[in-house]
Amino acid sequence: MAHAQTLTEADNTRFHLTEDHHPENGTLLGFWIYLMSDCLIFAVLFACYAVLGRNYAAGPSGADLFDLPIVAVNTALLLFSSITYGFAMLSAQAKKVTPTLVWLAITGLFGLGFLSLELYEFHHLIHEGAGPQRSAFLSSFFVLVGTHGLHVTFGIIWLVTLMVQVSQRGLGVEMKRRLMCLSMFWHFLDVIWIGVFSFVYLLGVLK
Amino acid sequence: MSPDLVKTIFGRLTWDAIPFHEPILLGTFAMVALGGITVLAALTYFKVWGYLWREWLTSVDHKKIGVMYIILAIIMLLRGFADALMMRAQQALAFGDAAGYLPPHHYDQVFTAHGVIMIFFVAMPLITGLMNLVVPLQIGARDVAFPFLNNFSFWMTVGGAVTVMLSLFVGEFARTGWLAYPPLSNLAYSPDVGVDYYIWSLQIAGVGTTLSGINLIVTIVKMRAPGMSLMKMPVFTWTSLCSNVLIVASFPILTAVLALLTADRYLHTNFFTNDFGGNPMMYVNLIWIWGHPEVYILVLPAFGVFSEVVSTFCSKRLFGYSSMVYATVVITILSYLVWLHHFFTMGSGASVNSFFGITTMIISIPTGAKIFNWLFTMYRGRIRFEVPMLWTVGFMVTFVIGGMTGVLLAVPPADFVLHNSLFLIAHFHNVIIGGVVFGMFAGIVYWFPKAFGFKLDPFWGKVSFWFWQIGFFFAFMPLYVLGLMGVTRRVSHFEDPSLQIWFVIAAFGAVLILIGIIAFILQMVVGFMKREQYADVTGDPWGGRTLEWSTSSPPPAYNFAFTPVIHEIDAWHDMKQRGYERPTNGFIPIHMPKNTGAGVVMAGISIVLGFAMIWHIWWLAVISFAALIVSAIVHTFNFKRDYYIPAEEVVRIEDARTEALRSLA
Repeated sequence: MAHAQTLTEADNTRFHLTEDHHPENGTLLGFWIYLMSDCLIFAVLFACYAVLGRNYAAGPSGADLFDLPIVAVNTALLLFSSITYGFAMLSAQAKKVTPTLVWLAITGLFGLGFLSLELYEFHHLIHEGAGPQRSAFLSSFFVLVGTHGLHVTFGIIWLVTLMVQVSQRGLGVEMKRRLMCLSMFWHFLDVIWIGVFSFVYLLGVLK
Repeated sequence: MSPDLVKTIFGRLTWDAIPFHEPILLGTFAMVALGGITVLAALTYFKVWGYLWREWLTSVDHKKIGVMYIILAIIMLLRGFADALMMRAQQALAFGDAAGYLPPHHYDQVFTAHGVIMIFFVAMPLITGLMNLVVPLQIGARDVAFPFLNNFSFWMTVGGAVTVMLSLFVGEFARTGWLAYPPLSNLAYSPDVGVDYYIWSLQIAGVGTTLSGINLIVTIVKMRAPGMSLMKMPVFTWTSLCSNVLIVASFPILTAVLALLTADRYLHTNFFTNDFGGNPMMYVNLIWIWGHPEVYILVLPAFGVFSEVVSTFCSKRLFGYSSMVYATVVITILSYLVWLHHFFTMGSGASVNSFFGITTMIISIPTGAKIFNWLFTMYRGRIRFEVPMLWTVGFMVTFVIGGMTGVLLAVPPADFVLHNSLFLIAHFHNVIIGGVVFGMFAGIVYWFPKAFGFKLDPFWGKVSFWFWQIGFFFAFMPLYVLGLMGVTRRVSHFEDPSLQIWFVIAAFGAVLILIGIIAFILQMVVGFMKREQYADVTGDPWGGRTLEWSTSSPPPAYNFAFTPVIHEIDAWHDMKQRGYERPTNGFIPIHMPKNTGAGVVMAGISIVLGFAMIWHIWWLAVISFAALIVSAIVHTFNFKRDYYIPAEEVVRIEDARTEALRSLA
């Protein structure tokens, strides 16, 4: 290759760093993009519910089936769990291990409460002959709500794993990043649930 | 044993699942088994298992993962192409009284497997592999953002491919066509394991694809070398970014819609059934909301390759860099607004069809702008017709024809005539072979010396190009004619003898392509044998313009001893112009990710899980699912994921390069 000119040492280092280069950590961005991809899965399920949600096939409708007080309690449990997760993050920022673990445990219990009520509701519906096989409306209802429930289940498994790791390793940069990821996941599930509550349950009993 | 117990242990897996009565399959199985045993025996004999495991299978090095993706794609190309030859032979023979040699139920599996394999396990690994290999080098990074996820993604893709291959010998594959439309793919009409193989192989591979999309987006957004603003990124990196955005924004839709089909088949829900309020067209809409972006996922990186190749081999900077970037972004967005053109015949009405017809036609504008940019780059350039440039010129001619037949199909009334005809088959092979395949081949020949340190054999490269190019026109132009005459796709037997000559010509074309494939592999074999002669010591064999050519061939594990700083679009060209001298002292330790076997283990468990679900072996499904969760959790307890390459090691590697460069001068 022909050299246009010879460079001085200073000019040469215009083209490279002499120190170690550490790009900014991309985990939170990556996780956020993952959440958006997960959001698309829910978008598909909501779209299916929007299209199929009134195809009762001469079976029961939402107005016949939904028990709003139970769903209201359920919603409250999940929303409170988001607040308690927020408290866990505040404790983690202050590097207090025990309060962090306590708040995480409370969050997990709220999550379990939510899941138990949901399973009770599912069991009740199936027992009444309104299982997912009954009509396209019930198929889309069970799969949408159930997918959210599966996410909460995995969130709880993840939460327990992180509690073990926090108790082992304390609250270093790495653990705080992991807690932050689960935090985003947990709040994301809340947002999805608000969609489910409004579009499936509230609109469902109106009809 | 009681039948109940057998059923509990083996699900619906019985000896009948093994195709003893199908001589073609049995022969294939014998060949594959023989080949597999030979390879395994050779690996054991030469004692390379340990080396393979440490240096390749568990590697988190983006370059090695990229190479492994491309090897997977080439192996699967042989399988997918064997299917193509079988179809061409069947259609050339099966006229009137002659039934051909493939019974319809086998022919249906062959065309389904051909489509699935070519898109998911050839084209996708090719683009993911090339992006993995090249993007971190082009942006001056040491690896991708999430090196373990990268390894895991690769092995999940392999897991999907293994599942498809299993269907050849245990049970059968779907007989539904490559998108498995319900109600045909639903339980009522496809009760056997074929569709389940389809679903689980795509779900396993889909996990890998989505994760690798996220990984590459974060890599490109966060890890560019200092000075590389978005509008100074190489065009291949730009097209990779857009392609990965499309992956993340469309593959979840495929995942969801296949999961709904799974629910229909396993839980007897009613999403896509004909009764109980189900709606099969819901599936068709959703799968094409993934499916149309998918074709741009494939072709955008190919456009990126052509941009790099054209400017390198014309020794000019790319004409219209900004317009190229904007065209890419516009295509990315528009690709979401056209899905309904795949089923104008659904009957959604004139207004809806016009909307989607017009958006489809609009896509040809940014694509046309790209073609003109490449032509203007060539205009008054010093063009070197090396093999990558031949593929590029071949692409421009072939792709423009495919694009024009695409615009023709975008007219709804014309589509009503041509829908599901061989005209459509000719059109999409025209753009996928002419665009994606030619682009990936150009990219492989172009970046091969970077990955391995020697060029491919140009003679066999040219033979491969000409046989593919001519073979393509022989194989697919007759299909345009047949399509215009009204012949529909997926037919295994014909009555009208006047059609036969066109199928014979198409079969002849397929044989030419076969020679092209053999020559493609020969260019690697001959290149390897003559690797001394074709060795690339400079690291810059073609007079490249982007950063990957500034490091050695093959690059060291850390890619760049010092992170480069960028001032211009063609960063390496700029450095050469300004007489940049490669630093030869002052090396420091380099922080790198550590290899891990977790990806191989988790993908292996996923294959078992898929197999158990396909054959209804519930106990195995539960155990393997639990094992998958546990292995993922165990992996998160591994906090020692990185290490430092000591400065002495860097000095040793860089001094060897200094020595090699000096001996060259």
